[in-house]
Amino acid sequence: MQAMHHGDLYTAYHPRWLRQPKNTYWWLEKPSYFAFILRELTCLPVAWFAVYLLLLTQAVIDSPAAYAQFMAWSASPWMILVNVVSFALLVFHAITFFVAAPQALIVHLGRTRVPGSLILIGHYAAWAAASVVVIWLLGRA
Amino acid sequence: MADRIRLQVARYRPEQESEATYDEFDVPCPKDWVILDGLNHIKDQLDGTLAYRWSCRMGICGSCGMTVNGEPKLTCATFLHEYAPGPIRVEPLRNFPVIRDLIVDIGDFMRKLVTVKPWIVRDEERPLSAGEFRQTPDEMDEYKQYSMCINCMLCYSACPIYGLDPKFVGPAAIALAQRYNLDNRDQGASARMDVLSEHEGIWGCTFVGECTKVCPKHVDPAGSIQRYKLTAALESMKSFFLPRGA
Amino acid sequence: MIKRHPEPLLWVLFSAGGMLSGMLMPALILMFGIAYPLGWVTPPRYEQMAGLMANPIVRLALFGLIALSLFHWAHRFRHTLYDGLQIKHLNEVVAVVSYGAAVVGSGLAAYLLWQVG
Repeated sequence: MQAMHHGDLYTAYHPRWLRQPKNTYWWLEKPSYFAFILRELTCLPVAWFAVYLLLLTQAVIDSPAAYAQFMAWSASPWMILVNVVSFALLVFHAITFFVAAPQALIVHLGRTRVPGSLILIGHYAAWAAASVVVIWLLGRA
Repeated sequence: MADRIRLQVARYRPEQESEATYDEFDVPCPKDWVILDGLNHIKDQLDGTLAYRWSCRMGICGSCGMTVNGEPKLTCATFLHEYAPGPIRVEPLRNFPVIRDLIVDIGDFMRKLVTVKPWIVRDEERPLSAGEFRQTPDEMDEYKQYSMCINCMLCYSACPIYGLDPKFVGPAAIALAQRYNLDNRDQGASARMDVLSEHEGIWGCTFVGECTKVCPKHVDPAGSIQRYKLTAALESMKSFFLPRGA
Repeated sequence: MIKRHPEPLLWVLFSAGGMLSGMLMPALILMFGIAYPLGWVTPPRYEQMAGLMANPIVRLALFGLIALSLFHWAHRFRHTLYDGLQIKHLNEVVAVVSYGAAVVGSGLAAYLLWQVG
């Protein structure tokens, strides 16, 4: 056992083996790697919209004038551009997140396993329902 | 269909060079030839010094994994005509040190595999008189997919995290740990959790999903890791809130 | 025996934040970021908005959404900087800044949502 351990240690640092360092821009090498990084970067619009909601809350606390100013600011061309791009990325985030969910959520009902497709459909249904509730709440407010 | 195709084969001869070089060979391209047939032709007819690993040539031994046109593939399961008119770039598996030509060292994986205890662990052994373990088809289905791993290392080659952080335990090791965790004959789940719950265990994984994409045996290591994250997270919460066990 | 470190908790927060933000943000940003500014739908008047945000359930949901979304961002952002740009030497700094910002943002959300009632 001792001898084997020694051999392990030696070969792990073998000087003649070729070790190619990982390219810092590895995520540009394959489309799927790039899609992965894009998926990860959807966390930015998530954070942005969280901040946006904080600003909205502050405006509502302040006064009707502040609220009107906030809405006017949201309507400026740059803001609309930012929010259109963010909307697209947030939809991408939602879809990629819900597609990933069935792989982590293994649900058993008794002895049978709930198929992954059903879990995915459940997520999409919940997404649709939540969106309807949000829009309805804002409409009847 | 062209009757010949060009292979650009990576060479690394440590006794005479310190970088990889490429040699070009034209090999026959019959419809049923795979990359491995091309390499065997090169070794038999064109350049006997070419060094590479292979064995079963039918996708079960896991020896012939290489990088073909940038993608990790089993060379015995990848047809030459898929890449017609060529050329086809054949390189050693990425993310592993290259010993010579197309041969890489997978010692890192072998050491990590042992740490996840890929065997049935029992608290106490059953006596022979108790007979065999009986398992229903449903119980076998729980872990069967993860038992298909042939240790070919394509998943480690595809995983960007393993390339960036060699301490990461890696897809195949975790899938194999799950193969035993989910086997109802096994009682070693908590013994494995030690290694898997480390920072470079399952928590190194960011669910890129490339490992599952390239796996030739449809093991779905990415799925096994995400499942285990949930298990380990729940276990972590439990041990935090109920330290002396519920 | 399970190793003690914050990764499992941070992953749970990341997952919850991802789920909530995925479910609720698209509809919200569609309305506030696109439909209202472009005039497709009339935005709520101030009184309507104030009334809606005074509702305790709405405030709780908003707090959950904002706080967990910030932790979702922090976890993902930290990992992406580490893996994408390989800034291993700055790992601790990035972690403190990201999760710190999430904590601050969550605190701010709690403070503001308390006030708006």
